[in-house]
Amino acid sequence: MAISRYVLLVVFTIAMLASTAMSDPILTKVDRHVENPGPLIMSEVLLAFPELQAKNLAYLMASSHETKGKPKGSVVSLPIKAVNLDERPSAVTFYSVLLPKEVAAGESFTLDVLAVFTHALRPVPEHITQVDIQLVLYRDSVYYLSPYEVKVQSLTVKLPDSKIESYTKLESTKVHGSEIKYGPYENLPPFSLSPITFHFESNLPFAVAQELVREIEISHWGNVQVTEHYKLIHGGAKSKGEFSRRDFQARPNDRGASAFSFLVAHLPARARSVYYRDLIGNISTSHLRVDSRKTELMVEPRYPMLGGWRTAFTIGYGLPLQDFLYESEENRFLNMTFGSPMIELVIDTLIVKVVLPEGSSGILAAAPFPIKQWQETKISHLDIGGRPVVVLEKTNVVPEHNQYFQVYYKFSGLSMLREPLMLISGFLLFFAACIGYMHADTSISKSSASYLAKQQWEEVQVLIQKVQNVINRCLAMHDNLEASLRDLSRTGDVQACKAARKSADGLLKELSKEMKPLLTSLQAYSSAAQILPKVEELVAKERELQEKVMLKHSTAVEGYERKSGARDIDHRVALLQQKITALKQEVDDLLQFIDDI
Amino acid sequence: MAAVANMPVSDLLKSFKLKTKQQELLIRVSILCLVYILAFITRLFSVLRYESMIHEFDPYFNYRTTLYLTQNGFYDFWNWFDYESWYPLGRIVGGTLYPGLMVTAALIYRILHFLRFAVHIREVCVLTAPFFASNTTLVAYFFGKEIWDTGAGLVAAILIAVCPGYISRSVAGSYDNEGVAIFALLFTFYLFVKAVNTGSLAWSLASAFGYFYMVSAWGGYVFIINLIPLYVLVLLITGRYSMRLYVAYNCMYVLGMLLAMQIRFVGFQHVQSGEHMAAMGVFFLMQVFYFLDWVKHMLSDTKLFQAFLRITVTCAVTVGTIALGLGMLSGYISPWTGRFYSLLDPTYAKDHIPIIASVSEHQPTAWSSFMFDFHILLFLFPAGLYFCFKRLSDATIFIVMYGLTSMYFAGVMVRLILVATPAVCLISAIAVSATVKNLTVLLRSKNKGVQTGSTKGSGSSKASSKALLDQSQPFQKNGAIALLFGAFYLLSKYATHCTWVTSEAYSSPSIVLAARGAHGSRVIFDDYREAYFWLRQNTPPDAKVMSWWDYGYQITAMGNRTVIVDNNTWNNTHIATVGRAMSSYEDEAIEIMRSLDVDYVLVVFGGVTGYSSDDINKFLWMVRIGGGVFPVIKEPDYLVNGEYRVDKGAAPKMLNCLMYKLCYYRFGEMLTEYGKPPGYDRARGVEIGNKDIKLEHLEEAFTTSNWIVRIYKVKPPNNRW
Repeated sequence: MAISRYVLLVVFTIAMLASTAMSDPILTKVDRHVENPGPLIMSEVLLAFPELQAKNLAYLMASSHETKGKPKGSVVSLPIKAVNLDERPSAVTFYSVLLPKEVAAGESFTLDVLAVFTHALRPVPEHITQVDIQLVLYRDSVYYLSPYEVKVQSLTVKLPDSKIESYTKLESTKVHGSEIKYGPYENLPPFSLSPITFHFESNLPFAVAQELVREIEISHWGNVQVTEHYKLIHGGAKSKGEFSRRDFQARPNDRGASAFSFLVAHLPARARSVYYRDLIGNISTSHLRVDSRKTELMVEPRYPMLGGWRTAFTIGYGLPLQDFLYESEENRFLNMTFGSPMIELVIDTLIVKVVLPEGSSGILAAAPFPIKQWQETKISHLDIGGRPVVVLEKTNVVPEHNQYFQVYYKFSGLSMLREPLMLISGFLLFFAACIGYMHADTSISKSSASYLAKQQWEEVQVLIQKVQNVINRCLAMHDNLEASLRDLSRTGDVQACKAARKSADGLLKELSKEMKPLLTSLQAYSSAAQILPKVEELVAKERELQEKVMLKHSTAVEGYERKSGARDIDHRVALLQQKITALKQEVDDLLQFIDDI
Repeated sequence: MAAVANMPVSDLLKSFKLKTKQQELLIRVSILCLVYILAFITRLFSVLRYESMIHEFDPYFNYRTTLYLTQNGFYDFWNWFDYESWYPLGRIVGGTLYPGLMVTAALIYRILHFLRFAVHIREVCVLTAPFFASNTTLVAYFFGKEIWDTGAGLVAAILIAVCPGYISRSVAGSYDNEGVAIFALLFTFYLFVKAVNTGSLAWSLASAFGYFYMVSAWGGYVFIINLIPLYVLVLLITGRYSMRLYVAYNCMYVLGMLLAMQIRFVGFQHVQSGEHMAAMGVFFLMQVFYFLDWVKHMLSDTKLFQAFLRITVTCAVTVGTIALGLGMLSGYISPWTGRFYSLLDPTYAKDHIPIIASVSEHQPTAWSSFMFDFHILLFLFPAGLYFCFKRLSDATIFIVMYGLTSMYFAGVMVRLILVATPAVCLISAIAVSATVKNLTVLLRSKNKGVQTGSTKGSGSSKASSKALLDQSQPFQKNGAIALLFGAFYLLSKYATHCTWVTSEAYSSPSIVLAARGAHGSRVIFDDYREAYFWLRQNTPPDAKVMSWWDYGYQITAMGNRTVIVDNNTWNNTHIATVGRAMSSYEDEAIEIMRSLDVDYVLVVFGGVTGYSSDDINKFLWMVRIGGGVFPVIKEPDYLVNGEYRVDKGAAPKMLNCLMYKLCYYRFGEMLTEYGKPPGYDRARGVEIGNKDIKLEHLEEAFTTSNWIVRIYKVKPPNNRW
């Protein structure tokens, strides 16, 4: 492509802004009014930057200036690509802007170009003490470097402060406070250059993140966890000599004026569990302001950041998943901003890691600007193979890069259940192991005396338990009989009472039959020797009790049959009842005693 | 307590058809689980009040080494030569520490990662001490069960779970040897008592391994290796010698000794150092005893045996004495160290080893701190001793001896309250359990009579009234109830006291200081970390920092910079050199500092905030320790009529020494308190004496926001031309 074939008349308005809050970058705003006088139709415009600037160029955007009928906000940025031209000097880098429509000869077209440079301001002197003010130097060309012939051009330089140490004076230079105006210049040949320098005071925070690692971890249980690791340096003039806390506290505005002590992070709305810490623990100096539209986190590094001082910290917060993740069946995509939430920060290297849930596939990342990307895996809680991580890396990042990027992936909803199931099965296994252990026989020697004795004792215990069981059932029968007596006194139904008696008789007989083999087998064990008398006593007492209860029952029933008075019956039964109570107590005591063994 | 808890729940449990035994087991296990959890969560106050961080001084070293261990593996850790401390000497870390704690934490970390819990090593370190405290409660339960019964075991578990004496060293974040070591100590004792009770080789083997773990974890193992022989000796004297004891002690001693030699820091001390000789003597005595027993068994004639006994005993004693004497003379057996002496004699350290005496936790214990740390246990302890003597057995003799000796040591040094705590808890638990059990037995026997009477209705009322009349003492029941309530009132007071102490006194990390603001709000002074992080970020990586040794571990761990001296205090001369530099005039100090390659000097200063444990208050110790090695430094030079002051009346040397200058540099212009003159030191409550301080060879590099830490940079020498 030969540019020289075009003879262009171009009107430029260059506005250069050293923006107020920006640390290093210089914003250059170029209004280009392109007119095509040539015979050919033009579809693209070349932008040229000298090498000095090109290496600091962080962000470049061109938009068409046609505001007719369009709302002001909707600026459509035009596609830009870097081009290599063989014919031109290597000290110049070219970018070509594709125009939305072709510009015919004689037509004109206005283009807005926004370029952001980082590290363009150089502190001079490089080292200052706490009392000195920070001065920076900026170099540029008064003429806009262009491969085309320029018809009219002017330059406005906006400085942060009106305290200007020196600036290049040319004819037609005007100073208005912190603004310096050059031009207008007319009919400049292509590639005209004339260097200018500005030396001015700037106490803006030169916060530079040498490295920022943002880790965005998606959990389909409803959370997007963002963790940002900052490595910060004050990129301005380096401090030398003493740092006096006394002066800094007493007169913060002129002792250490170039230092900055806080940064503001604009987190998305509904951010939660925000934290701010570093390698050695929490940093307690931070403030969080929450309202419905935004969450503002003011972080204060542990110490004021003087020139050249470094710090490192981590902030983290959780975001609701539904605000950032969009899905249709198994296809999902994450839509988040790329840069740091701190808008006063220049980032030398930004690494964004998107950690997707384990089992995601078909991963694809898309960003509005060229970035380096690759994939790795990260092993986190309860992972087997690790989670896929998309890593995006970009150097020279400025707040203008805070645009949305997308990560597309496929993830099946069932995979969400994997981790809970793992936990459940883990606990299940643990309990099963416990049960297994309790039932396992871990003794080494199966024939040793102590082992045999232990086993025998266990058998004895089983037998005794059976005996207890039988006795308890007998006692329950006694209770039944008592209950039937009470019914009798209430209703006078002798037949029902007799029936109860009959069934109880049968059952008790059966029970005593059951008891016999148990007692004989107990006698066979040698280890049961000391408990056997007690058991036998228990059985005997129970039998006695049984007899007494029977006697009481029959006496009472007889009494009813004879229709004798309630008092009379009570009188007759009273003595029996006393004995029964005493016996019951004894049986209870014996049971308790046997239980305690 | 188990028995009491049993009663109301038993009805409910009957519906589950559980036997009384099973009910009891269920209740016991659930109580133990609750105690286990309680012991853990009560130690989390520090995390709630502050954050999940490592506390104090030594834990920072442990944390740093653990980090190294997890990052570089065990082999590198074992051979680690640390260039960052004791510049220019360095420190062979692998050979000069007890690795038990770090290996434990690293192991837990590995296991968690193997189970796919991606936790940070810091969290593991912070929670190691509470975890082991929970385990200690279990051991206390089993120990109590072994020496008394399950009830006493449960009470002991509960008491030790919340006892402030133990909590002070095992809150979350206090990542120190003691956190693990108390568990190991009690576990070893438990296993040994179990071995003595059963005579089982398996248990004594286990106790040898317990001892090995203890040796790997803490220097306090010397207590075990002296207490157990003493105990054996007492058993021998009281005629309780048995085969069980023989098996238990020999196996434990021989294996434990061999295992302990595997720890590099301990090495051959078991055969070479005076502190370990008692164990060896008892070991040989045991053999003689056994031999005599055998001879007695073989000889039927008692007269002959008497003669033989006399000869053998004389021979054994002479051989033993000669061996010991030769060992001492040839230097093979080292004499007792100063630390050991200072334990036996509280006044020893003050006269001979100022570096030990300077540490606040090495001071003799005040009565108030006994009360603070033990509360009612202090009164229950003698009661428990009474019960122990009443039912004397091998196990109770052990716990009595453990209790009495550790109480003595607790009186000598504040920090040794920790060692006494398990014994005090166990003995008090015996008192509580025995008392409550006796009372409930009284109550239960009567309750039953009443119950059966009432359920039987009118017919049985006569019988029950008779039963009631049988009681010999009329107010026994009421008295028992009153006493029970009294006991529970005391125990609940204990619980509230423990919780209060834990939350208020023992949960502060001492790195972060908290104070109440004027309106009752909490003010946090995070100056230490501010300074250390500044060092880490803004000084050259090879910078050497000189500070008093207290801050050495913290500077290396948090600031990642080389220090001249640290809390290891292994080289007294080096520390004295720093002390000398701090107490000299600036131009003398600069010579010392240049010879040590010092780049930065760090001092801690509390004059602005009123923080009293700062370097000015520690300064006299620097003078003493420095003067102990360099007679140029004389303590009286810094005192006026034996009084230590910093105001106008202070000694001229005091007003111009390096420490004073560094602390008060430019402080004279500062208004600290309304209505006071500038330069008013709030920590000492005086106006400082030297307000016009000029520094020649040093310059202020950084001062934290509350002035607590001040860092000075050593200026390069002036050009000669």
